[in-house]
Amino acid sequence: MFFCQCVGEENWEDSRTVYIGHKEPPPGAEAYIPQRYPDNHIVSSKYTFWNFIPKNLFEQFRRIANFYFLVIFLVQLIIDTPTSPITSGLPLFFVITVTAIKQGYEDWLRHKADCSINECPVDVVQQGKVVRTQSHKLRVGDIVVVREDETFPCDLIFLSSSRYDGICYVTTTSLDGESSHKTYYAVPDTMAFRTEQEVDSLHATIECEQPQPDLYKFVGRINIYKDKEEPISRTLGAENLLLRGATLKNTQHIYGIIMNTHFALLLRSKTNDSVVKIYKAVINTVLKYAWQWSPDRDEPWYNHRTEIEPFTDFLAFMVLFNYIIPVSMYVTVEMQKFLGSYFITWDEEMFDEELGQGAQVNTSDLNEELGQVEYVFTDKTGTLTENNMEFIECCVDGNVYIPHAICNGQILSAASRPLKTKKEYEDLFFRALCLCHTVQVKEEETVDGIKRGIHQGRPTSFYISSSPDEVALVEGMKRLGYTYLRLKDNYMEILNKDDEIERFELLHVLNFDSVRRRMSVIVKSSSGEYLLFCKGADSSIFPRVVSGKVEQVKARVEQNAVEGLRTLCVAYRRLSASEYQVACRHLTEAKLALQDREQRLAQAYDIIERDLVLLGATAVEDRLQEKAADTIESLHKAGIKVWVLTGDKMETAAATCYASKLFRRSTQILELTKKRTEEQSLHDVLFELNRTVLRQCSISGLSVDCLDFGLIIDGATLSAILKSNQEGGGHGNYREVFLEICRNCSAVLCCRMAPLQKAQIVKLIKASKEHPITLAIGDGANDVSMILEAHVGIGIMGKEGRQAARNSDYAIPKFKHLKKMLLVHGHYYYIRIAELVQYFFYKNVCFIFPQFLYQFFCGFSQQPLYDTAYLTLYNISFTSLPILLYSLVEQHVTMETLKREPSLYRDIAKNSLLRWPVFLYWTCLGVFDAVIFFFGAYFLFDNTTFTSNGQMFGNWTFGSLVFTVLVFTVTLKLALDTHHWTWINHFVIWGSLLFYVIFSLLWGGIIWPFLNYQRMYYVFMQMLSSGPAWLSIILLITVSLLPDVIKKLKWSSVIRHLKSFTVK
Amino acid sequence: MMPTSYEDGHISVSGAGGGSMPGKKPENTAFKQQRLPAWQPVLTAGTVLPAFFIIGLIFIPIGIGLYVTSMNIKEFQIDYTGVDMSSPCYNCSQNFSWNSSRPCACSLPFYLDQPYDSNVFMYYGLSNFYQNHRRYVKSRDDSQLNGNQESLKDPSKECEPYAWSSSKPIAPCGAIANSMFNDTLELFYNDPNGSKVQIPLTATGIAWWTDKHVKFRNPGGNENLPAAFQGTTKPVNWHWPVYELDSDPENNGFINEDFIVWMRTAALPTFRKLYRIIQRKNNMVPTLPRGNYTLEVVYNYPVRSFDGRKRVILSTISWMGGKNPFLGIAYITVGSVCFLLGVVLLIIHHKYGSRNNIAT
Repeated sequence: MFFCQCVGEENWEDSRTVYIGHKEPPPGAEAYIPQRYPDNHIVSSKYTFWNFIPKNLFEQFRRIANFYFLVIFLVQLIIDTPTSPITSGLPLFFVITVTAIKQGYEDWLRHKADCSINECPVDVVQQGKVVRTQSHKLRVGDIVVVREDETFPCDLIFLSSSRYDGICYVTTTSLDGESSHKTYYAVPDTMAFRTEQEVDSLHATIECEQPQPDLYKFVGRINIYKDKEEPISRTLGAENLLLRGATLKNTQHIYGIIMNTHFALLLRSKTNDSVVKIYKAVINTVLKYAWQWSPDRDEPWYNHRTEIEPFTDFLAFMVLFNYIIPVSMYVTVEMQKFLGSYFITWDEEMFDEELGQGAQVNTSDLNEELGQVEYVFTDKTGTLTENNMEFIECCVDGNVYIPHAICNGQILSAASRPLKTKKEYEDLFFRALCLCHTVQVKEEETVDGIKRGIHQGRPTSFYISSSPDEVALVEGMKRLGYTYLRLKDNYMEILNKDDEIERFELLHVLNFDSVRRRMSVIVKSSSGEYLLFCKGADSSIFPRVVSGKVEQVKARVEQNAVEGLRTLCVAYRRLSASEYQVACRHLTEAKLALQDREQRLAQAYDIIERDLVLLGATAVEDRLQEKAADTIESLHKAGIKVWVLTGDKMETAAATCYASKLFRRSTQILELTKKRTEEQSLHDVLFELNRTVLRQCSISGLSVDCLDFGLIIDGATLSAILKSNQEGGGHGNYREVFLEICRNCSAVLCCRMAPLQKAQIVKLIKASKEHPITLAIGDGANDVSMILEAHVGIGIMGKEGRQAARNSDYAIPKFKHLKKMLLVHGHYYYIRIAELVQYFFYKNVCFIFPQFLYQFFCGFSQQPLYDTAYLTLYNISFTSLPILLYSLVEQHVTMETLKREPSLYRDIAKNSLLRWPVFLYWTCLGVFDAVIFFFGAYFLFDNTTFTSNGQMFGNWTFGSLVFTVLVFTVTLKLALDTHHWTWINHFVIWGSLLFYVIFSLLWGGIIWPFLNYQRMYYVFMQMLSSGPAWLSIILLITVSLLPDVIKKLKWSSVIRHLKSFTVK
Repeated sequence: MMPTSYEDGHISVSGAGGGSMPGKKPENTAFKQQRLPAWQPVLTAGTVLPAFFIIGLIFIPIGIGLYVTSMNIKEFQIDYTGVDMSSPCYNCSQNFSWNSSRPCACSLPFYLDQPYDSNVFMYYGLSNFYQNHRRYVKSRDDSQLNGNQESLKDPSKECEPYAWSSSKPIAPCGAIANSMFNDTLELFYNDPNGSKVQIPLTATGIAWWTDKHVKFRNPGGNENLPAAFQGTTKPVNWHWPVYELDSDPENNGFINEDFIVWMRTAALPTFRKLYRIIQRKNNMVPTLPRGNYTLEVVYNYPVRSFDGRKRVILSTISWMGGKNPFLGIAYITVGSVCFLLGVVLLIIHHKYGSRNNIAT
């Protein structure tokens, strides 16, 4: 909830050296450069008591809108202007005060949070003793003790734990929402330390990179100095770094060195000010015209003369017309966005019982863009599918094994199983799957993550892993008779079919990464053999296989892939002792490297994982999420193009696409894959596809149902297309051709995508010439880049942690909720904000244009038509609430209709409600109404008496008459636009009008002692006492509303009827 | 558990989800689920058509009524600016000078071709006089006019440059008061028997009651005005101080009705202001019988310098005020348009709309 400022962090060098316990290294090693690190004092608050007012004001006036209004206000103060400074000062003051109070309150909360964190007690080891101190006094290099269930006060290098094996368990729920326990490892050389004295005697320095925003990346090195010996260097990785905010679990206590006292926080904001800009131009034009009308006539004798200053006049006109962009519009739009987003969080239909969570809104700025989405980029695993893996079958050396829950422990084989099975392969295969994983065994009851009981009799044990595939596999193995028991002292224990416990020493884990798409372990069996087990995607395994029944396995893998199963291949390699030594050396070297460690590790992995023997393959099913197909179909009908971006292989992904109705049977599939581009050149393939698409579309231009195309493209081809463009060259612009093809395809499947490529695709579409609004939806960390890239990012609160949800604009529990999010909420928000913006413009045109016309009749003297109170309150209270409420609750059609008929979404596509014709209509209507108000009143007032006692009215009555008509007309216009009259609407609309009348009566009813003018005294009552005034008010309101009523009739249908009639 | 997004100056940016804790099911209230019971009116031909007809049927009679009423009002105007050489007031308008002590008088004969039966209201009208000029409108001190002693001695800055004169505060201050209309208008009926009968003009009841009794007040009561205005001076253009506007103590000083009427600034550059009321004496004799009249003008008020015009208007009044055919015509027009639209829509609806509703 809190975050820190990283004070001056950028000034630091690239790497930092930390002196443990603030001891200097022995001379000769390195020069001791005392580095200054900030202490652990958290200042997430922005203001202090003293600087709050100046700093907050400065921050607020940095916003261009606020600044603009401030300038107007200052102009009013300085020069002799038509309206009192109060008219613009009061709204501005209101806005600034409300914002300041809100920010002040938030800051106060942060202060409180800071305080409780800063004063949180921490145990520090000093001179071999544990000293209790406060969190904010911690410094980099201090050694701290953290006990079970305590939260790490800052980033720590894990020195030793109370556990003999030097590991500790940690949950990072508060960081990324993953509740699984993660294992961290102590630095090997120090893990034996048990007491404070021992820890304190440590003499070492740590070198590492400067703190990075990426929470999961850490590369460092520790140099331990022992007496008169060469310093020992140890590599430090993310597994040694305990992150601040994480909680220690299942470990009594640990010792750690403070590395970073602050951690960087990813902050981002998306702002969108597309709509407001139009209006600046308009006001400028108005001002320019006003400028030309500056008076240059001589003043008559009855009015004193002043020297004519064009600039002052200009400013005065500006002040008079500045109401066209009222401060309140900003306030109302912000309020609408903020309050409106609550409807998403409140939506019961988007609440998932299973997860216990509803939708979340992280940015309320984008609500209306939900109604404008043209492209949806979705991840497959976990988004379209459940990410709830189930082991389906495995294929060992060409033989298929299918576990059955009923026949627990029995191996059933679907294929006719040859009797002379190579027992060796089978054993190896099952062992491989039992060993080659990073699954942990949890013996706890309440773990929110992936939980499965290991034994029926021991329901308190669960397999936990960051990858659900692994859990499914290990569990599948259990059902096939091989149970992974635990990892103990680097020995993995397996309960085999014969209920014997086998122990393997775990030597190295070559972790999974999305580039290699495989992982390996090196184990030493009890018989002393060194074995490397490797499992991974078929494409990354097959090229490295030297023997085994490759063909059979491949056939089976492909068959499974077509059925939409996720397949993994398993291979092994027997290492001789010398080979193991070599591998070991490679790995250690790479791990120790400070620079380019990733790269060197990859190289090392590449060297080790080769000459494999193929064992077999597994198939895991990932079921489609409920209603995924329905959702995709609706999105299609709504005219949204759905792209699936996945890292999976093509066949698997295509099968999912068929299952989710992204591709239909009628869809003609265009393939743009590596396989094809190997046969033909990319150029030919692209142009051929383009021709196909264009031909089809030109033919089907007449036919009703255009054959729809589906495109499948893989990562390799995509990067080729993108690369070609960068090189330029004479090959033509592939990018454009590709986009052209995509435009004509209703569905696109991108498989074999690296995370960054996902973002590239989104960027490509975003930058295409139509500038479509894109939406990316995903659940995993690999989708974050695309979620950030797209206009609207939606995270699924899935099983792969909370990264996506954390980085998204909106988070929803399930893919199916996207339908309601876009079709209902998006649609509503869009029409609401469109009406809000245009209505605001309309009502201010109505408000200001009579004022402008009046200038022709008052010698261009900038005389305001309305009283100051009216000028000030028009946008604040008389007409503000109805439109705010409208923009919160309006429903032009019912929710059910929107859900039932996704094609309604097309009506608002391409910003159709905020385009020039619509905008022009509103402007014309505003000008028309303003002309009616003004000239209506003008002709009524022209040289005649209004009252039955012969007395005359003055200019303020004139203004009040116009203003009364104005308030009633704009409010009733909104009433005409309201399709959804709840009691609140009635209350607010009629209440506003009533308020206006009551206010006017009160305002004119007494001599206000604090005012230095009494111009409105009894003006409103006098007006109401005159019959013709009533009649004219009614008449003018009627006339002003008439055009809109006529426009609301569906003339288009009338014309169509007329046409069809004449044709007949 | 999201980092609250933190933006400068934004009113409200942090999303609603910011604080939502997991595991809390949203409440199933009609408002939160956007399912409040609602009336969803639809503008169908069925509702719009009758509305048009009803508006038409209501507006046209009102319009006719207004028009007839307006036509029955008698109004007579006479311009006495003296622009033409032939005009009796030509000399007065030419020889105008602010400090001439001798008032210039002229008389204009005119003929009323019909008798004015009810009360007749006498207005003076000025044209091209921008009483609504911004600096003019605000050039007054309402608290001075309300009888405030401090403001009397220290007029508001808004009155500048008509606030002080020879180091004495001006009462009433400001450009409006300074430029007060000061022509004297008298009406004589030329009896056919040759005698000239002066028509009695009532100078009270011409200002708003609230203005006269609440908004405008003399400092220290209406008695002994010269003492109350001690230490102040008259506006530069005035011939007499404010306490010599009328002999009647109830119509003198700030509460002089001519003054109050002038102080209510007009909305448009051509305006009229109520000057006098000619009360009807009895039901038998018309207030102003048909015949010849003479308008005697004491010409004090210069308008030629700004191309202005001065006129006198005699008008009767109905319940809807003075003569104003516009309102009636507008009502008739709008009513007819609505009615016509109704007919057009009805035809379309009848012909084509029976299969399909023509209106949403």
